[in-house]
Amino acid sequence: MIEIQNIHKSFNGQTVLKDISTFFERGKTNLIIGQSGSGKTVLLKCLLGLFEPDSGKMIFDNQKLKSMNFTERRKLRTETGMVFQGSALFDSLSVLENVMFPMRMLTKMSEREMRNQAKEVIHRVNLINANEKLPSEISGGMQKRVAIARAVVMRPKYLFCDEPNSGLDPKTAILIDNLIHEITKEYNITTVINSHDMNSVMEIGDTILFLKDGLKAWRGSNKDIFKTDNEAVTDFVYSSELFKKVRSLYIN
Amino acid sequence: MKILTHIGAYFIMLKMIFLKPTKGKVMRRLIFKEIQDLIIGSIGIVGFLSFFVGGVVSIQTALNIENPLIPKNLVGFATRQSVILEFAPTFMCIILAGKVGSYITSSIGTMRVTEQIDALEVMGINSINYLVFPKVVAMTLLPFVINISMFLGIFGGWAATIYGGFSSSADFVEGIQIDFKPFHVTYALIKTFIFAMILATIPSYHGYYMKGGALEVGKASTVAFVWTSIVIIVVNYFVTQLLLA
Repeated sequence: MIEIQNIHKSFNGQTVLKDISTFFERGKTNLIIGQSGSGKTVLLKCLLGLFEPDSGKMIFDNQKLKSMNFTERRKLRTETGMVFQGSALFDSLSVLENVMFPMRMLTKMSEREMRNQAKEVIHRVNLINANEKLPSEISGGMQKRVAIARAVVMRPKYLFCDEPNSGLDPKTAILIDNLIHEITKEYNITTVINSHDMNSVMEIGDTILFLKDGLKAWRGSNKDIFKTDNEAVTDFVYSSELFKKVRSLYIN
Repeated sequence: MKILTHIGAYFIMLKMIFLKPTKGKVMRRLIFKEIQDLIIGSIGIVGFLSFFVGGVVSIQTALNIENPLIPKNLVGFATRQSVILEFAPTFMCIILAGKVGSYITSSIGTMRVTEQIDALEVMGINSINYLVFPKVVAMTLLPFVINISMFLGIFGGWAATIYGGFSSSADFVEGIQIDFKPFHVTYALIKTFIFAMILATIPSYHGYYMKGGALEVGKASTVAFVWTSIVIIVVNYFVTQLLLA
């Protein structure tokens, strides 16, 4: 579980995150949603350690991030997987090499062990006959699968995803969402997903944190989100005609 | 003030190159790849340019000798001095600032734009060490390329002199042997080594700290070329003053 307490973050005097406190549960897909500029990415980058919050606490399974020494932080890094918005695969490495990369850099495993583990995970994300291909030779959906495989190959405790289905067609987007959801349950990972896609919310949102202008505006599950009267949430959720119709059907 | 910020960030990056090193086995592979891309990949263009620049220097010298009292071996002497002291080390490094420098900036810049550098950082890898250190090590081999450049420059001068009928082969060879100071080669190689470090690190800095998208990668490459050339020219002045004056 990841717990954050009273997180503040500002850039050049402009506050981006204001007093955010929440928790992300293990074995669940925890979504952070909100409009562009609401602070989702900054919060995710704070959790990843790419940004240092101005104040507040981040606790990873009862261990405060601030009190961790260099070795503990390094260990935490090895327990963390990340799926970037654009996949962030290494262009010059094949699919197999990309998935093997974290093991090659952070473990002392033999070449054979690394290959076997990477192939197993590639198989798990349903990628077939792509091991020797370069990222530029595969589709966006396949790149996302490779990114997921690379993120989970070290069996992380924490998985972070930044808009994992952006730029994908609706069918592939749902497949990627479901894959992350299944892996979260299977490996019992604390998964935090940054998204503004309502389909993801409906499909896999075990818990949802809604941010507005850097503030925590609402927290609940995908079942609660259609019932809430929170104005900020309803404005966001029912901004499209499709969801307005879904709501009217739901109410009627 | 902005330039001071850049200079400060550049020196912090230099420090970071040597901290938290990447695993030896992985680093060895990266170094060999960079040697292939930066050094071996530059030999062709450097050799081609050196041969013709040497030829032009000798022709220009020969055409400007009008006084019959000036010995013909001056063509060889002037070609040797020009090629060894300036054309091979300085001129070639400025050309490489365009070729190698823009390659370094655009490859690192593209990694920045596509979040590959963030991916390295999330994995707990010192991305500056991973990306820049192999380039720095590979560029230490640049003096070997410049040696080839010196040889081909003088050879080009000899070929142009003989082919143009400006002087005999014996005169040219005598010229390149007259008053030869081995320290001039040492001086050229010392400054090449310094330029190599500049060539590896300034374009890396511009690529690593760039912000924006594909357009900014192109802009960063241009800015990197301009600054690398300026720094090479300025450092060339000080090194020459220090070693030859």
